[in-house]
Amino acid sequence: MRVLKLAKKDEKKLYSVLVNFGEVWSPLPKGKRFSYEKIEDPKDLVLHEECIRTILPVKKFLMPSDFNILSFTPQQFLTSNEEIPFKVIVSVPPCEIHAVNILTKFYTTDYVDNYYMKRREKLIIIGKSGIPDEYCFCHKTNTSIVEEGYDLFFFDLGNYYLVWVGSEIGDDIVRKGSNIFDENLPKDVSQKYVEFRKQKNNSFINDVELEGVTDLMELMYDADFWDEFGDKCLSCGQCTMVCPTCTCFNIIDDLELNKELGHRRRYWDSCQFKDYSIVAGGHNFRESQAGRLKLWYTHKLKAFIGHFGSPSCVGCGRCIVTCPVDINVPTVVKKLKG
Amino acid sequence: MKYEYNKKPELYTPIMMRIISKRDLTPDVRFFQLVPKEEYKHLDMDYKPGQFMMLSLFGTGEAPFSISSSPTRKGIFEFAIRKTGKLTDKIFELKDGDMLGLRGPFGNGFPIEKMLGKDIIIVAGGLGAAPLRSLLLYILDNRELFGRLIYLYGAKNVDDMLYKPDFVEMLDSDQIELFLTVDKGNEGYEDSIEEGKVTHLFKYITDIDPANTIACVCGPPIMYKFVVKEILKYNLEKDKILLNLERRMKCGCGKCGHCIIDYRYTCIDGPVFTYWDVIHMRELI
Repeated sequence: MRVLKLAKKDEKKLYSVLVNFGEVWSPLPKGKRFSYEKIEDPKDLVLHEECIRTILPVKKFLMPSDFNILSFTPQQFLTSNEEIPFKVIVSVPPCEIHAVNILTKFYTTDYVDNYYMKRREKLIIIGKSGIPDEYCFCHKTNTSIVEEGYDLFFFDLGNYYLVWVGSEIGDDIVRKGSNIFDENLPKDVSQKYVEFRKQKNNSFINDVELEGVTDLMELMYDADFWDEFGDKCLSCGQCTMVCPTCTCFNIIDDLELNKELGHRRRYWDSCQFKDYSIVAGGHNFRESQAGRLKLWYTHKLKAFIGHFGSPSCVGCGRCIVTCPVDINVPTVVKKLKG
Repeated sequence: MKYEYNKKPELYTPIMMRIISKRDLTPDVRFFQLVPKEEYKHLDMDYKPGQFMMLSLFGTGEAPFSISSSPTRKGIFEFAIRKTGKLTDKIFELKDGDMLGLRGPFGNGFPIEKMLGKDIIIVAGGLGAAPLRSLLLYILDNRELFGRLIYLYGAKNVDDMLYKPDFVEMLDSDQIELFLTVDKGNEGYEDSIEEGKVTHLFKYITDIDPANTIACVCGPPIMYKFVVKEILKYNLEKDKILLNLERRMKCGCGKCGHCIIDYRYTCIDGPVFTYWDVIHMRELI
């Protein structure tokens, strides 16, 4: 694999290289948090030392929260031919790249979802390893290191970034930016790299232990604490919206005012909503909120393993900072362990 | 990164179907016959009994419906649709010649290959006779490929019995051991339709060879427990009892999530599940 360095004094020139490959998007402050936004001013492209947890994950680019999948007239249905622009997303943490790999696996299993794949092919991911905060637990979900799914990946090693090239497009980018990307790595690079890893690993505070949760989900399926969580849960669905691996959507039809043209909209849905499992005639297969919470945690911590070989929780900590009533992977795991 | 695109662009895009005829089966269930519009006739739309399709109506939406016709009778797609919500209300307003969108087929369907040569017990409750009609016609059209054909059908009352004239006529057939019942009120049909739950009909079913029999069940959620209990009395293995289940679905192809049960999607791994699945997956019935 190609590895280069980018001197920090050249960091400000990064934008002018990336913009040749598509729209440049990166975390920008939004209130007290961050959001992936389109960068118009090169000065706004900042590579933060810490891991940046944006409000919404990268999935917002791959499966937009609300978009038209079809248009239709009374005579026929027309597949959307929407042009998807290339987007370069900068500062994507390892856990999120794992999440994108999980989404890709999901969207290509059984049937390939072209709406997702079109967007995935147009997404260029510039990853960056950062220092975790008190909510991160990717070291417990084996998602703190990433091996594939990025085009370039940055490590902050003091006065330069170590840059791993992960794809052909990544290679194109470093060629285009040959004035700032340098193949001559300093002699002490491995020592610096080990130091960085050590510093990162020592920074994890969240000590939630996921060992055995798959079996515990089974053993504790009828435990009382689910009802306590169910009583507390507001069914707001925010956990599923911010989760980087949640994929559920609903589909509805909208008519334009002239009633000659309509659009079939696909938008994020949540298994935490009461009407999620209602069928014709009104029978609800998941009437209780506790049942719906169990579905989500079964899916994240147990079921996904059966299907794809790994849990679909990547330890990003979004459910921790988002849930207004403190129901999240660590609090549930704590209860599972009794 | 290179990906393979889906070879069927119509995965989410319905093709247009024309209604060629319709008739009422019960006060709230109507039978529709559809054929593809001319430009779609070349498409290979083969399906298996037990599969479903997504029906779309301009401006109203889309929902899954079991196929009622048999692949042995090619060209015409048949659906028995109950008037039960916004979409079906609109479908009931359609006239002959009107258009509907259709995509699919989806789901696993009944494992016909494993059923060949076997004795088949079919148990239907209410609207469950709609998907099971596909299987029934398939077996009748390939009668020599199967052993005994036993069919038990229970409905709420005689008005709610689907395909009633067909079934009553079939009572005299030597191709099928057929028994009909209604919960209450069999006036006018005392000779052909019993009174009582569908489970009461099992007393007529004797000499079952458990090693050579497969049972197929479809009906309202409440029915499965009681019917399976009766079938188990014949010592059938749990994976030889097949249940055709219903869930909310939006995509039909394992993506939207609504039909998930544990790690399995009703639209991919179902809607036909075995009783073995039921025991090992919570929430299935």
